[in-house]
Amino acid sequence: MKQVYLHGIGVFGPGLVGWPSCRAVLSSAQAYVNEELPKLAPQRLAPAVRRRTGDYIRLAIEVASEAVDQCGIDASTLSSVFSTSDGDGQIAHNICDAVRLDQAEPPVSPTQFHNSVANAPAGYWQQAVESFEPSTSVAGFDHAFAVGMVEAVMQVTMENRPILLVSHDVRFPEPLHSARPMDSSFGVAMVLASEPMSGCIGSLDVSIQYETGIETVLKDAQLDKVRLGNPAARSLSLLKAIADGGGEVALNYPDSGLLLIKYSKMD
Amino acid sequence: MFPLVITAFTTTSALGRGAEAMRSALQARQTGLAPCTFDTRARTYTGAVDGVDDVHLPEALAVFNCRNNRLAQLGLEQDGFMDSVRSVRERYGARRVGVILGTSTAGIHETEIAYNHLDPVSGKLPAEYHFETTHNLFATSQFVRRYLDLQGPAAMVSTACSSSAKVFASAWRLIAAGEVDAVVVGGVDSLCYNTLHGFGSLGLVSETPTRPCAPDRSGISIGEAAGFAIVERAGSVGNHTGLALYGYGESSDAYHMSTPRPDGAGAALAMERALSCADLKPDAIGYVNMHGTASEVNDAMEDKAISRVLGTNTPASSTKGWTGHTLGAAGITEAAISFIALKNGFLPGTLNTQQVDPTFTSRIILENESAEVSYILSNSFGFGGSNCSLIFGMHE
Repeated sequence: MKQVYLHGIGVFGPGLVGWPSCRAVLSSAQAYVNEELPKLAPQRLAPAVRRRTGDYIRLAIEVASEAVDQCGIDASTLSSVFSTSDGDGQIAHNICDAVRLDQAEPPVSPTQFHNSVANAPAGYWQQAVESFEPSTSVAGFDHAFAVGMVEAVMQVTMENRPILLVSHDVRFPEPLHSARPMDSSFGVAMVLASEPMSGCIGSLDVSIQYETGIETVLKDAQLDKVRLGNPAARSLSLLKAIADGGGEVALNYPDSGLLLIKYSKMD
Repeated sequence: MFPLVITAFTTTSALGRGAEAMRSALQARQTGLAPCTFDTRARTYTGAVDGVDDVHLPEALAVFNCRNNRLAQLGLEQDGFMDSVRSVRERYGARRVGVILGTSTAGIHETEIAYNHLDPVSGKLPAEYHFETTHNLFATSQFVRRYLDLQGPAAMVSTACSSSAKVFASAWRLIAAGEVDAVVVGGVDSLCYNTLHGFGSLGLVSETPTRPCAPDRSGISIGEAAGFAIVERAGSVGNHTGLALYGYGESSDAYHMSTPRPDGAGAALAMERALSCADLKPDAIGYVNMHGTASEVNDAMEDKAISRVLGTNTPASSTKGWTGHTLGAAGITEAAISFIALKNGFLPGTLNTQQVDPTFTSRIILENESAEVSYILSNSFGFGGSNCSLIFGMHE
């Protein structure tokens, strides 16, 4: 069991844009309306830089910015963990199409190629906030959020450094979408630290468990559909516990494991 | 930090299958690079592994079949590694052994193949295509866990060319936290059209065999490799190789997606953090295995970083003239080279390079040298400015 302190949250999902609105929906103060996602234009990326990025990178920067701005910690002092199911499916599609064998000179875009690495969002983020601190990008398919959380908690507690955790995935274009369906894009970010700092929201007690148990679901069927519609949205059960002011949730962890997270509000 | 002992390691690359094939090629100065036959559109040399397509996955894991997982299995079957894993699994239990691997492109080649066989009417992927167990970045971690029958914490680290160096840092934290007793770390990256033409589009691929640190260096030769190691807390009861990880250092460049910071400040910070983590003075390092990609900017900035952190007398070389740049597997492949150098009392030079860039100030060695060194520092730097330095040494 490891304990970390939560300092800021960023969310971007269908009908759940921004933590204040997401919190209101999850705590049932506000009705859920599944709306199409607004266009992503994170201000932390300079316009010239932003033009070189697609939604996969923009989504990560959007939620990271919200979480960091909320807690007032100097972003350049944060290490980061970025977690994804599969990386950028739009770029994978574009490049796999460009390198088809009927292309004698495959027309791969150099910008798309360097954006294709799974740590591209991390690279853009570290640049945007001018941070020399370490960054780790991990993948975990449907368990990506839980896998990222474990890496982040290990870094916070063993290196004793505050961390920005970002988990995000965007819908793939066809034909990959049929092979890896996602209902919508979803991103979540949290700032975690080993000690409570100013702006601390609460604490998370995190442990991996292999005893029998089942993943926590959301009672609202519509919201549970969102939770299952994107690997990063698996975080919604935890976000609900936070919105409710306390609670314990279980997230599926590879293969037969569960990641147990208990949220306690700061007094 | 406390050191992690290396209980076992194995390496498969263009130099052959297993550590002995690598040692022999390093000492005989025999390159693994050859004209690229994997994709004849790419006019370059590659470090391809022989026989990857002859590997057959077990029937129960057939759904994982793709070049990356075939290469992973080929790698796992060398150097008695399977027996070593069995031993830690029996000693600690499957849930107390983690699997943290690195890759940059996983099994994306399966999608590249499938895109040539889309349904002409519907545009759909072939029925036999299976995304989760091939293209997906986590697929090779899952395949390796099933192949080794391990159930502990798992992740795929994907930070481009530093991926399988950073796995050692993640493993150290899991062990230090008491979450596991041992971790299988490693990396697997295989040839694919994405990297051959993608690096080509950036002008980073050499038409001739790669010549790191040469004044007229002309870019990378892409290689493929699978490498693995078992790491455990020092003092654990099992036999080990006499090798240990003493420190790691991670940093970000905060500079550019595909070009390292020219002054080497990000690279230097990773090296300084590794020294500080290992509690070692710069003069303790007897050799630096460079990232040394033979890109114009990388080698120049890495030379600056080495001179700044370690001074100008520490022997340093890039071994990519032997293996090619194995991308997400570079960290573990060069860890294996470091292990072989430590155990056999020699330092590999810089193969293919005739002359060192005269503007360089660190001591780049071209020829192999005999030397018993205590500690080796291995650098891995990736796109997005992801830097990782590791310090390995012998352990009593």
